Amino acid sequence: MFELLGIPPQALFGQLLLGLINGSFYALLSLGLAVIFGLLNIINFTHGAQYMMGAFVAWMLLHYLGIGYWWALVIVPVAVGLTGIVLERLMISRLYHLDHLYGLLLTFGLALIIQGLFRNQYGISGEAYSIPSQLVGAQNLGFMFLPNYRLWVIAVSAAVCLGTWFVIEKTRLGAYLRAATENPVLVGAFGINVPRLVTLTYGFGVGLAALAGVLAAPIYSVNPNMGADLIIVVFAVVVIGGMGSILGAIVTGFGLGLIEGLTRVFYPEGSAVVIFVIMAIVLLVKPAGLFGRTA
Amino acid sequence: MAADIETLDKQSATKAGAAGMPRLHQVIFAALLALALAAPFMLYPVFVMKVLCFVLFACAFNLLLGFGGLLSFGHAAYFGSASYVAAHAAKVWGLTPELAILCGTAAAAALGFVFGGLAIRRAGIYFAMVTLAFAQMVYFFALQAPFTGGEDGIQAVPRGDLLGIISLRSDLTLYFFVLAIVFTGLLLIYRIVHSPFGQVLKAIRDNEPRAVSLGYRVNRYKLAIFVLSATLAGLAGSTKALVFQLASLTDVHWTMSGEVVLMTLLGGMGTVFGPIVGAAAIVTMQNYLAGFGAWVTVIQGTIFVIGVLLFREGIVGVLSRWLKKSL
Repeated sequence: MFELLGIPPQALFGQLLLGLINGSFYALLSLGLAVIFGLLNIINFTHGAQYMMGAFVAWMLLHYLGIGYWWALVIVPVAVGLTGIVLERLMISRLYHLDHLYGLLLTFGLALIIQGLFRNQYGISGEAYSIPSQLVGAQNLGFMFLPNYRLWVIAVSAAVCLGTWFVIEKTRLGAYLRAATENPVLVGAFGINVPRLVTLTYGFGVGLAALAGVLAAPIYSVNPNMGADLIIVVFAVVVIGGMGSILGAIVTGFGLGLIEGLTRVFYPEGSAVVIFVIMAIVLLVKPAGLFGRTA
Repeated sequence: MAADIETLDKQSATKAGAAGMPRLHQVIFAALLALALAAPFMLYPVFVMKVLCFVLFACAFNLLLGFGGLLSFGHAAYFGSASYVAAHAAKVWGLTPELAILCGTAAAAALGFVFGGLAIRRAGIYFAMVTLAFAQMVYFFALQAPFTGGEDGIQAVPRGDLLGIISLRSDLTLYFFVLAIVFTGLLLIYRIVHSPFGQVLKAIRDNEPRAVSLGYRVNRYKLAIFVLSATLAGLAGSTKALVFQLASLTDVHWTMSGEVVLMTLLGGMGTVFGPIVGAAAIVTMQNYLAGFGAWVTVIQGTIFVIGVLLFREGIVGVLSRWLKKSL
């Protein structure tokens, strides 16, 4: 068996795979943040709580109604996305004329409420959600075992990210969205209902977070705090990538997941902070972010 | 928001006499001092000291947000790291309380210089995200570093003898030491805000391109106010470590950063007395609702939402508008 810099390949590829999984979640979440930021100009602090809601709603569907993983994959993003639409209509839409910081504060408050409510109901110990029977098992690649479910997560995440990129960059709907990002007043003058576009965009971004939550449910324990710490890392990912480009958010998400995995192999103590260190370096070298436009 | 404050600032500037502080503010500071001197005889001194520490923390934060226009979402980093360093200095190095507090404060200042220098390279919500991310880095460091005690924190920190002479073991003696620190801190913040430096800061907050075109090195001002704010937050954190004889992960967690934002928002951003009111209100609320567990989080979130949607001026901001006086 060959060794690389004294690290057994099982450990190296295992951590790289783990990094790729984390990267899938970073990419999905930062994509949602970037889509929402593009049109609403707010940072959705509730994103982590909505990711957690996604995992919890999937668990509830199974636990209370007996609805399994495959239906949850469809129902949950729609259901949580609808709660997002309600929030946007009732509250967030009242802040568009104000400083963007108020949007951050409002969504932070909403995140506290949602997390607090779930913590009251379910405690902090977490609930288990099992891998669907079709995806149990692993592939033997010769040098390592690749669990089917993890492969599935990476594939779904990559497909959804590319699909979103395609819709936004290559379709007519995406053209409306990009135009509304540049100049909402002018787009409205062409007869496009910009407020409805904004609402649906928020709902879509929230749906992406919820989808990430469903994907995460069988891997991580479903608990009320699962989104809170993750979202801060995703913020760092967003700062590194810059929110100017959809593809940038995707590439940065997967890339940083891999870097984090590599760090866990070579310098485990640094794995929790490596993304923040990279953020500091990017701020020094290219403050606008790797894919960002200087505002 | 900015325009209202601007006009109020002008009023206060014209009414300020040679003494530098308008009569109304003198009266309020005197009343607050009298209240604080009487408080430990009516309330539990440790509770009042907690209020005082958070008052200083919130005012330090407001210095950056209200007067510098910079929303830091990671002020727990400076509060908490100062708390750890002060606790370590007092317990392991055996320093006297005033030296331990100085060590903690200096650590916060150094951290503020590094993080602030990086964070001011971005503006607006990016600034908020960068500060939050750096604070999370400090949290992970505190979780793993050998000297912080991980989940346990640094416990049983000795209060020691002030200048090596006066024992601070009695709550009441410690109380007056803490009051002296906090009140000095508040007056210092007031002085900073109303100095020429503070006026330039407000100009940068209200119209940054204009300030640049007038020849001000905007980034130096931003960094200076960031370091000052972090230092004073560190002073609050170090003092808190001595009061509770404890430095723990709670002090560096992002919820602490959120709480200080909430205190400032509730009391009134950009007002002199708002954060004092906000901090007192939130700490009191936490004290009475401590038995309700996660409901505290829900209530804090609700205050955030209501505050942002309906009540952006905060308590003192509204009072200030009714009385037509800058508070």
